[in-house]
Amino acid sequence: MSASRANDAIIEARGMGKRFGDNTVLADIDLRVHRSEVVCLIGPSGSGKSTLLRCLAFLERYDEGEVELEGELLGFERGRQGQRVAASNRRVRQVRRNVGMVFQQFNLWPHMTVLANVTEALKRVKRLSRTDADNRGRAMLDKVGLADKAAAYPAQLSGGQQQRVAIARALAMEPHIMLFDEPTSALDPELVGEVLQVMKQLAAEGMTMVVVTHEMGFAAQVADTVVFLDQGKVVARGSPSEVFRHAESPRLQQFLQNYLERNAFWDTLEESTTHA
Amino acid sequence: MLEWSQIIQSLPMLLAGLWSTLQMSAVGLAIGFVIAVGVCGLRLSPRAVLRRLGGAYITIFRGVPLLIQLLFLYNVLPRLGLGVTPVVAAIAGLSLCCGAYIAEILRGGFLTLPKGQAESALMLGLSHRALLLRIQIPQVVRLTSPALVNEVILLIKASSLISVVGISELTRTAQNLAASTFLQLEFYLAAAALYCVLNVSLALLGSWLEIRLRRSGA
Repeated sequence: MSASRANDAIIEARGMGKRFGDNTVLADIDLRVHRSEVVCLIGPSGSGKSTLLRCLAFLERYDEGEVELEGELLGFERGRQGQRVAASNRRVRQVRRNVGMVFQQFNLWPHMTVLANVTEALKRVKRLSRTDADNRGRAMLDKVGLADKAAAYPAQLSGGQQQRVAIARALAMEPHIMLFDEPTSALDPELVGEVLQVMKQLAAEGMTMVVVTHEMGFAAQVADTVVFLDQGKVVARGSPSEVFRHAESPRLQQFLQNYLERNAFWDTLEESTTHA
Repeated sequence: MLEWSQIIQSLPMLLAGLWSTLQMSAVGLAIGFVIAVGVCGLRLSPRAVLRRLGGAYITIFRGVPLLIQLLFLYNVLPRLGLGVTPVVAAIAGLSLCCGAYIAEILRGGFLTLPKGQAESALMLGLSHRALLLRIQIPQVVRLTSPALVNEVILLIKASSLISVVGISELTRTAQNLAASTFLQLEFYLAAAALYCVLNVSLALLGSWLEIRLRRSGA
C-alpha cells in the first residue's frame, strides 16, 4: 500500500491476542485493512485465521491489544484512567454496524423465506417500511442472481444458492466492510464457483473484504494482500505474488506445497491429453 | 347391563365437571407457560447464579409429586397465615408443576438451534430481544410442538388430582355420582370416555397445527 493510504485504515488491529484458557490462539496480531482492499487470510487449520476474523467482528472477545473499525474501538471503551472496560451490547452493535459477515454454514433462518431473511434486519434495524424493505431485498437477490427464489425457503435451495442469499442479506445493510469466514468450505466443489463469482464482483465494485479461505486461486486472483497465519501468528504477508511465488518461511512453503500436490493431477491429465 | 338412563340423566353434571377440568387446565397451562419461559430463560442464562436458581425450581416442582404439592398448598400454607381458596390452590399447583416440565421442553428446543443463527442475527444488528422473538421462539415452538401437545395432555390428566383440594372437576364429579348411585362401572367408564375424547381431540388439533407449521417453512 502506498504511503498516502497509510492513514485511511478501515480496520486496524494492534497487538491483538486471544486465549482460550491456557491456550494462546492468537498472539500479537497487527493488521491494517484499507478501504476497498481485499485481504485473504490463509493458513493450516487451527492456525487461528477464523478466530482472527471473528475477533474483528467481536464474535470472539480478544484479550490483548485493540481493534478499531473506522477509528472506533471495538468491544471496549476507555475508562477514566485510560484503562480498558467492556463495552455494552448496544455500543458493540453501534461500532460494528457497518460490518457484514458471511459464515461457512450460511446461518440463514430456516423458518423464513429467502426474501424475509434478507429484509428482516432492514425492517427491524434500519426501520424501512415493508415495501421499501421488499424492494431493496429483491434488488439484492437480483444482484446475486436469485431474484426468482424470493419466495423459497432456505432448505429448498442448494448450498451455493443459500450462501448467495446470505451474501445478499449482509449486503442489504449497506456495509462498508464484508467479512467472509470460509464461505465455500461447506459447499460441494461444483457449487464453489458461483459463490466466488459473486465475491469477485463485490471486490471489483470496491468493497472492503477480509476473507478466510482455502481457495488459493481466489486469493491469488482477487486479493490485494495475502496474510499467512500459523500457530496464531502472522508468518508472512504481502501481495499474492510475494506470498505465493517468493515464500521464504519454511512453514508457508510446506503449506503451499500441499496445495500443489493436491492439484497435481491436473498436470498429469494435461500431459496425457496433449500426448493423445 | 349398563344403566344408560342413569348416565344420561347425570350427563349435565358430568359435563359441568369436564368444563371445570378444562378451565382449570387451561388457566394452569397459560400461567405455567409464562413461568416456563421465565425458568427456561434462567436455565440458559450466562450467569451461574441464575442458572442455579432455574435448576432449583425444576428440581422442586418436577421432583415432588403434584399431589403433595397440592396438599401442601391447600393445607400447610393456611397454617403459615396464607389462606388460599381451592381454586387458587388448584391453579397454583397445576401451573407451578407444568411450568417446570415446559421449561425443560423449551430449553431442549433452544439447545437444538444452531449457534450460527444467533451470530448472523447479531451481525445484522438485530437486538437480543428481536433475536429471541423473531428468530428463536418461532423455531422453538415448531421444534417442540409434539412435546408441548404431550405435556398438555399430561396436564389434563394430572388435573384429576385437584379433586383433593375440593374442586368438583370431572374425576370428583364421577366419584360422587358413583358413590351416591352405587353405579361404579357406569360413572367411571363415563369419566374415562370423556377424558379420552378430550385428549384425542387435543392430539388431533396438535397434529393439524404441526402440519400447518411444517407447510410454512422448514
